[in-house]
Amino acid sequence: MNQMRGKQSIQFDKAPYLIASSSVVGAKEGEGPLGMMFDRVNEDPQFGEDTWEKAESQMQKEAAQMVLEKTGMTPEMIRYLFSGDLLGQLTATSFGAGGLDIPMFGLYGACSTCGESLALAAMAVGAGYADTVMALTSSHFASAEKQFRYPLEYANQRPLAATWTVTGSGAFLVAGEKKNNGARKFEHIRITGVTGGRVVDFGIKDSMNMGACMAPAACDTICQNMEDFGRKPEDYDKIITGDLGYIGQKILIDLLNEKGYSIEKQHMDCGIEIFDPEAQDTHSGGSGCGCSAVVLASYILPKIEKGKWKRVLFVPTGAMLSTVSFNEGQSVPGIAYGVVLEHA
Amino acid sequence: MEDNQIAQEKKQKYEAYVEQVTPKHNLPLNMAKAFLTGGIICVIGQIIIHIAQNMGMDQKTAGSWCSLILVFSSALLTGLNIYPSIAKFGGAGALVPITGFANSVAAPAIEFKKEGQVFGIGCKIFTIAGPVILYGISVSWLLGLIYYLLRITGVVG
Repeated sequence: MNQMRGKQSIQFDKAPYLIASSSVVGAKEGEGPLGMMFDRVNEDPQFGEDTWEKAESQMQKEAAQMVLEKTGMTPEMIRYLFSGDLLGQLTATSFGAGGLDIPMFGLYGACSTCGESLALAAMAVGAGYADTVMALTSSHFASAEKQFRYPLEYANQRPLAATWTVTGSGAFLVAGEKKNNGARKFEHIRITGVTGGRVVDFGIKDSMNMGACMAPAACDTICQNMEDFGRKPEDYDKIITGDLGYIGQKILIDLLNEKGYSIEKQHMDCGIEIFDPEAQDTHSGGSGCGCSAVVLASYILPKIEKGKWKRVLFVPTGAMLSTVSFNEGQSVPGIAYGVVLEHA
Repeated sequence: MEDNQIAQEKKQKYEAYVEQVTPKHNLPLNMAKAFLTGGIICVIGQIIIHIAQNMGMDQKTAGSWCSLILVFSSALLTGLNIYPSIAKFGGAGALVPITGFANSVAAPAIEFKKEGQVFGIGCKIFTIAGPVILYGISVSWLLGLIYYLLRITGVVG
């Protein structure tokens, strides 16, 4: 049957299962409102390594190993790995997941990478190209600050619109219908559909206000998802964005209202959930591809597994800027991937 | 052309809207904090100068000791991760004095040490302070030239 829906979506005939997830975070995330839910909180920001980049690689490795341990699987049983991070040339991924010996597709979707990797993982499994695949993403506060902003000890005042890059890595296993040797941690979560994202640029140049840069992309993908599947916001128990933060959330709700979709009741943002802005001084919220990954792995998926939420639209957003594009005066385009998760 | 104009207008509208929903730091409050922080740093500097002069140094030597001690303190506080907190409170009050300059040199030195003595510290130590040094020196050279020209033409004595 034709699995293409509308302009840019897929509805799987054989919806793949999301069978396990794991999350590894840093100390600050451990102190946040979701702290108790993460699989591992590492108090050492360097994860026992001597550089921030190696620390992020190590964190990814730990997340990958943990999701394998949970299901009792070995790397040989994983057909492909879809993974990415925020650093230039995917440094953390190449040096982290590289050691796993799983055929890899390296992805860059900025903070939307978790959605991009899950979408591609589901597509590979749904099409029958693979039986079990892993999706893996990470971000690290210190390596991201070093690359995109200032050295950590540099004294400056962060604007109120700024978000705080989450130190965290999330790993997911996506598998087909047929039972393989692994023990499934989740039995009832299926990725039933995917909406690809377009690069959307509303011309905002302020890289310290990423919510405003990415909200139009989230709006675009959410609208397209509704249109392609013929759904209304009420058809979802939750519509969950990755790291829009408080400002981005407000903008997204306003933009969607303009288009005639009211998502106030369903909307949730991982960046808002992960930190307590007053106590943790994180301003607009958490960000980074680790943000949506660890919140999905530890907070959202268990709720779908239990059937508390029946259908969720997970829409991580990314700000596709580089330090070069920023210095050259370019605006900050955004992208968002839609992944439909259902209790089944 | 028309499409382009519409897109441009849409962007401007969105920018204005974003501006409106984005919270800002309270400017008068920030200025007061900057004044207090910068003021305290300057008072400390003045105290150092007075002590040095009481020890019998002339003004120039006392001034050098003042700069030296402030720069050292700032670098030390940067290494101890205290200076960023001072700047978080004091903003420009902590950035503009010589201590802020020291911080902007010490911070990259710490961060890029891992990339080696040459390509790490050597190349990147002035990533933040570099523009200040380059344009500071250029402007003082230019002003010196103007001063020189004014002197030989007899405009200034």
